[in-house]
Amino acid sequence: MNSVLHIFVKVKDHFIINQKLNLNITSNTDKFLTRTEKSVTDFFEMIAGLFQFSFKFLKEIFIPPYEVEQIRKHMIELGMKTLPIVGVTGFILGLVLAMQLSPVLKRFGAEAFLPGSVGISIVRELGPVICALIFAGRVSSGIGAELGSMRVTEQIDAMEVSGVNPFRYLVVTRVFATTFILPILTVYVIFISLIGAYIAVVLVQNMTWDYYLDRVIFAVEFGDAIPGISKTFVFGFIVGIVGAYKGYTADSGTEGVGKASTSSVVVSSLLILIFDMVLVKLTLWLWPTVK
Amino acid sequence: MIEIKDLHKAFNGNIVLDGVSFTVEEAENMVVFGRSGTGKSVLLKCMIRLMEADSGDVIISGQDVTKLKLKELNELRKDIGFLFQGAALYDSMSVRENLEFPLIRNFKLSQVEMDKRVNKVLEAVSLEEAIDKMPSELSGGMRKRIGLARSVITNPKLMLYDEPTTGLDPITSKEISSLIIDLQHAFKMTSVVVTHDLLCAKIIADRAIVLNDGKIVAEGDIKNLVTSEDPLLKNFFSDEIIEENNGRVQ
Repeated sequence: MNSVLHIFVKVKDHFIINQKLNLNITSNTDKFLTRTEKSVTDFFEMIAGLFQFSFKFLKEIFIPPYEVEQIRKHMIELGMKTLPIVGVTGFILGLVLAMQLSPVLKRFGAEAFLPGSVGISIVRELGPVICALIFAGRVSSGIGAELGSMRVTEQIDAMEVSGVNPFRYLVVTRVFATTFILPILTVYVIFISLIGAYIAVVLVQNMTWDYYLDRVIFAVEFGDAIPGISKTFVFGFIVGIVGAYKGYTADSGTEGVGKASTSSVVVSSLLILIFDMVLVKLTLWLWPTVK
Repeated sequence: MIEIKDLHKAFNGNIVLDGVSFTVEEAENMVVFGRSGTGKSVLLKCMIRLMEADSGDVIISGQDVTKLKLKELNELRKDIGFLFQGAALYDSMSVRENLEFPLIRNFKLSQVEMDKRVNKVLEAVSLEEAIDKMPSELSGGMRKRIGLARSVITNPKLMLYDEPTTGLDPITSKEISSLIIDLQHAFKMTSVVVTHDLLCAKIIADRAIVLNDGKIVAEGDIKNLVTSEDPLLKNFFSDEIIEENNGRVQ
């Protein structure tokens, strides 16, 4: 009898433990689902907010007064701030790319194509995208933190109260500046990358700068350069609008500023890569000669 | 000058303003009292539409702020000064640029006229030497003074103060309160001051209202409110008095 009772108690305990485990699993699953649901909702809310913010930008950009002085100031400031880091990155990019490509092309007996292939890679894809990503890391976070801190210390409210449109003064000027300074930086990065690649080429082949440049110009067509540079206007806009949106809508407190700064970099980098994919496809579709 | 009618505001179902109504006469100093979180700052921000009220009317100089278009609202805002709790000075600009900012944006003044106005307000707040300093180089009290100077530089008809003495030591706090009164007389302004600082209220107030749970629970002369037998007021002001007796400067 005792042993039967013992078995019964064991089974009951086992059942209760299982039930408890099941309950835990359910509550953990619930928590996970709630968290996932929140993340998905937040993501779509952010995308909707970004669209709304972009439309507001497009509306406000045509309304005077035009803050030309502020745009000029931001272009110089943002450009100068990013110039050294994109320069160094571009130089290393060209150098490494040529070093990597050289043995591969040698294997196929196509060493003569090294300047051309490096040039095309840099002009069409690597130069614009790498420059945009570095720019996003440097500038988008800066704009996010600056506007976020202005939001939490009520400086944006103060501007609004004094009868000034803070969106036009703070957002439009910065987005305009990033949109037009990035293509200029990209041209600079492409040039520096080609110098870097030349140094790598000289290390393995006996080639003059004139010949190298001639090979690059021969390989790179007008149709390679235009889409490559053009898409950086879109990347520049993304960097500016994401940083400004994150900062302008930052939550109160220092945590809000930190979040605005970090998420600006993450979102703008992600959007740059997504838009790059779309724009490359679009370019190949609209402009078949660059195939 | 100001008429607030049945103002309601809630955040995610949490009622902050629950049918607030009061009037402020021209050149009057009205103090809004209340414990932290009773909706004082929200009331002030709804008055100037930094926050949209859920319902109710805010009539300033005969215009209903809640129904104005942005352009009309910005025109009205030119006649209103606002001193924020943390002064809200623009970090990237010097004191001079901070003071010139509302003038450049809203008035077509020559540099000579702007300089005259800048010097006048800096003199009024006794900070002429800070003209070329950056906000980061100023102390809390100095920031408040410059914030005050920036608010009155446009000669507003109405001044709104959000906790003007919060975070300041008792002496500076008293100085700021006296400065508010001096500026009010010099610039002939109507003022609405949100505070929980009794000393500040005693110096500034012509009349006061007390907010509790989003409703006005008392209105009248500050002396009468302080000596009221109403348990809520007694409790509220006794805490303040205790704080005063614990070392505040009278």
